[in-house]
Amino acid sequence: MPRSRSQTQLPDVRRPLPAEERAAQAPELSAAACAHIVLPNASEAEVLVRAQAGDHHAFAQLYSLHKRRIYSLCLRMVGNIAGAEDLTQEAFLQLHRKIATFRGDSAFSTWLHRLTINVVLMHLRKKGLSLISLDEAMDPAAEDRPGRDFGARDLSLSGAIDRMTLARAIDDLPTGYRLIFVLHDIEGYEHNEIAQMLDCSIGNSKSQLHKARLKLRDALRSSSPQEGRR
Amino acid sequence: MTEDANNLTCAEFQAQLPELIGSGDRIAEHPHIKSCELCRALLADLETIAEAARQLFPIVEPPDKLWDQIESAIKKEEDASDHG
Repeated sequence: MPRSRSQTQLPDVRRPLPAEERAAQAPELSAAACAHIVLPNASEAEVLVRAQAGDHHAFAQLYSLHKRRIYSLCLRMVGNIAGAEDLTQEAFLQLHRKIATFRGDSAFSTWLHRLTINVVLMHLRKKGLSLISLDEAMDPAAEDRPGRDFGARDLSLSGAIDRMTLARAIDDLPTGYRLIFVLHDIEGYEHNEIAQMLDCSIGNSKSQLHKARLKLRDALRSSSPQEGRR
Repeated sequence: MTEDANNLTCAEFQAQLPELIGSGDRIAEHPHIKSCELCRALLADLETIAEAARQLFPIVEPPDKLWDQIESAIKKEEDASDHG
């Protein structure tokens, strides 16, 4: 469905403008655009309907409402700032292209979240990463030591996890492991949903998640002061 | 599962662990976990890591320049569409 477009500048959503600046900018807006200006207290549903009709101000407001969650999701999935910025931009561009197709079958935030995950996965696939099998191929040694925990004499990590170390360890995970770990343990997706997203079996998703957690455990133990004293 | 759950080695138990964890069953009740301190510690570590990770990531503000880039990209697409 083609959407009507106003030719106004997209509003700056970074900070609210002082009243005098808003007044100074007002003459630049066309009458049509003025009719669509989103009220500060408009509900998200109203904003969404206006954005779907092609209202740039409403779209800017949607960006403002969701930018933190989407950027944070991208950051967790790719583990670096430059990548997260690129993918957040791509996610909102996709949103702009597809927003008219949102039918309200799920919450808008859920739909946008899923759209973003698809953008990230598409990006990783374009880079030639096989999201499931590549990591195992790159690190066969890790898969050949199922009993590597037997000799572990140190006790549980409970209560001793350093947040910075854990964050770094997650960032350092191979792409496939990090994706499944983030999707399951942080974003709360079920294995059947992840299997569908990544086009793998449910068993594979469970197995990759387990290996990701084992890698994190190894990283945390090797960085702990207790381990260093042994 | 063909093995006798009471007589699993650690290797056999850990090979089943991804499926056991993913199934949502109460692994703490598994006979091997009840009798094996090492696998109990492993399971506790994995649960601790998952819990810590859930609390780890704050919601982050993207840089201001990002909206400028998105706005510019949208306008470019619209211009291309208008002229195409």
